[in-house]
Amino acid sequence: MLAAIKFRIGLAVALAAPLALASVPASGQGAVLGPDFEMITLAPGIISYRAAGDFSRTGRPANAPLRAVRIDKPLTIMARQVTAAEYARCSAAGACPRLPMSQSEPDRPAVGVSWRDAAAYAAWLSRETGERFRLPTDQEWAFAAGSRFADDALPEGDPNDPARRWLARYDAESERARPVDAAPQPIGTFGANEHGLLDIGGNVWEWTDTCFIRGTIAASGEISTTLVNCGVRVVEGAHRTYVTDFIRDARAGGCAVGTPPSNLGFRLVREDDALRPLRRLLARLRPATS
Amino acid sequence: MISKRATWAAAIALALASPAFADDLKLPRQQVDLVAPPFVHAHEQATKQGPKIIEFRLVIEEKEIVIDEAGTRFQAMTFGGSMPGPLMVVHEGDYVEVTLVNPETNTMPHNIDFHSATGALGGGELTLINPGEQVVLRWKATRSGVFVYHCAPGGPMTPWHVVSGMSGAVMVLPRDGLKDGAGKALKYDRVYYIGENDLYVPRDAKGKFKAYASPGDAYADTAEVMRTLTPTHVVFNGKVGALTGKNAMTAKVGENVLIVHSQANRDSRPHLIGGHGDYVWETGKFANRPETNLETWFIRGGSAGAALYRFVQPGIYAYVTHNLIEAVELGATAHFKVEGDWNNDLMLQVKPPEPVPPAKLGALEKPAPRHQH
Repeated sequence: MLAAIKFRIGLAVALAAPLALASVPASGQGAVLGPDFEMITLAPGIISYRAAGDFSRTGRPANAPLRAVRIDKPLTIMARQVTAAEYARCSAAGACPRLPMSQSEPDRPAVGVSWRDAAAYAAWLSRETGERFRLPTDQEWAFAAGSRFADDALPEGDPNDPARRWLARYDAESERARPVDAAPQPIGTFGANEHGLLDIGGNVWEWTDTCFIRGTIAASGEISTTLVNCGVRVVEGAHRTYVTDFIRDARAGGCAVGTPPSNLGFRLVREDDALRPLRRLLARLRPATS
Repeated sequence: MISKRATWAAAIALALASPAFADDLKLPRQQVDLVAPPFVHAHEQATKQGPKIIEFRLVIEEKEIVIDEAGTRFQAMTFGGSMPGPLMVVHEGDYVEVTLVNPETNTMPHNIDFHSATGALGGGELTLINPGEQVVLRWKATRSGVFVYHCAPGGPMTPWHVVSGMSGAVMVLPRDGLKDGAGKALKYDRVYYIGENDLYVPRDAKGKFKAYASPGDAYADTAEVMRTLTPTHVVFNGKVGALTGKNAMTAKVGENVLIVHSQANRDSRPHLIGGHGDYVWETGKFANRPETNLETWFIRGGSAGAALYRFVQPGIYAYVTHNLIEAVELGATAHFKVEGDWNNDLMLQVKPPEPVPPAKLGALEKPAPRHQH
C-alpha cells in the first residue's frame, strides 16, 4: 500500500517536471499534476480548540479558553509529511533553499526545515502543479490531527508564583514519552489517526502558518490580541511550541529549558475551492518557467 | 614494559597471599559501593572517626553508548560503566584502596591516574592491567579537595582514553568538614557530581557521524578529529540531555547544594542561570578560602572544582558552561528543578508584556526638530 503510494507520487513529480518545460501542453496528462492520491479530505466538523499563543488574565499567565470551533469547509491535507526526496526536487529546481543539515533517507520525512523553507516548497509545488498548496493554520492542523492533537493547557495555580507554571510545563514535557530516537523514521512508523493522517505526533513536528500572538483574556473569555509576531510561527506535534521562522533545528540548551521538537518538518493543505479547475487548466497552458 | 607489569602482578599476587598486606596499617576498613553520577555515595561531611582504609571496587567497561538525540553511537570507555566515573568521597588522612578490574570482555589495557594521589604518575605506573586482570592500589589522601582521576595508559592512548570517557573525580573532605573563609562550618543538603566530557566523533563524507564496531576501529579517525581540538560534542554526564527532563537534578528552596564539576581534558566555565555560587572552590582545593557570590567559575582542564549554592527561588535553573555555543550547540546543559515558594522581593514581573504605549511610539517615529529656535 505504502510502496504503491510512493511510486505514484514519484511518477507524478517526475512527469510534472518535463511538462513544465514543454511549451505545448501535453493532453491527457493533467490528472497526474496534482497528487490527489496522497491527500485526505476531511468533511466539515467541530473541534474543541485552544488558541495558540501567550495569554494572560488580569496580568497573570493563563490558558486560552477551550472553545468549540466549527470548520465549515472541507479540509484537504497531505496524508503524510513531505519527504526528503520531495523537498530535494524543489531545491534541485532552485526554488527551495538547500538544507545544510544532513538529511535522512530520501523516502523519510524532510527534517531540518524552517518555516521559510516550507513556505518556499508550498509555493514551488503550487507552481508546478497549478494547485494552491500552503501550510495549514494551527486550527486546521488541530482539526486534522483529531484525537492526536495535544492540548497544551497548564495548571494555572498560584497567581503569585510564576515558578509553578514553569515547573508544571517542564514536568509535562519531560514526562512525555520520546518516540524512539530523533532520527527520521520511515513514513507510517507512528501509525495513522482516525482520519488516516500518518505520523501525527511522531518524532517530526510540523510547521503551521499561524503567527505567534499575545493576548489578554477578558472576564467573558473573549481574547483581545495585543501583539502578532509573524517572525515566530506555531509548530505542532507531540506538543505545541513556537519557533522563529528561519530556525531549522529547534534545539534546547542554555536558557531555553523546555523540551524542543526532535525535528522540524511539514505537510501541506491544498485549497479545493471553486477556482481549482481553472487554476489547473491555466497551469497546463502556462509556458515553461523554472 | 611487559616485564615490569609481570613483576607488579607477581608482587600483588604475593601480597594478596600474605595476611600482612591487609593488616599492615592496623586501621579499620570500610567498603563503599560507588553510585553513578550525578549522585554520590552516602558519606559523612565532617567525621569524628579516625583515619580508615576506604575500599572501592572500580570495574572498567568498554561499551557503545548513544551520546545525543540524533542517536549518534559512540565507543565509550568507562570507569564503572558511567561517564564520568563515580565520585569517591573520603576524608583527609584516609587511605583509598581501589581494586581496579579490567574484565576479559574489554579489548584494551587500562590504568588509573589519581590527581589526588602522590607518586608513580598518580598510580598509573602501578595499575596498568590487561583484559582479564585486576589490580589493587592504595594511596593516602594527604590533601583535601576535589581531584580528577583518569586513565593514562601511555602515549597517544592517554588522551584518547580520556576523551572516550575515562575520567572521574575524588572528593577528599577535611575531617572537620567544609569551612568558609572565616572558619565557619559549611554544610550541604545535597551533593551532585557533574563530569564534563569533550567528545570527538568522526563524520563520513556526507557529514554524518560515523559508528564503529569497537574502540579500536574508531581510533584512527577519532585521533584525526582530536587533533583539530574542536569537539563535536561537549556534554555533562556522557550524553546531550543526560541531566535534563526526567533526569534533571532536583532541590528545594532553602537547601544548600554542593556541585562538584570535573573536566579531565579541557577548560570549562560553569554558570548557574538564575543563581550563583555562594562559596566556590574554583581550583577545587578545600584548604584554600572559597570565593563568594560568583556568577561564573573556571574549571581548568585536568581539574575539578566545587560550588556551594543555597537555592532561594523556585523554578527551572539551567547549569551550563558559559561558552554558550558549547552549552546550546554542543550539549553542555544540565537543569535543576527547584520546588518551593516564590519570593516576590527577589523578583517580580511588575507588568506583563504589553504593547509599547502609543505616545512613546509616536515620539520615536517623529523626533522633535533639533535645529529650531
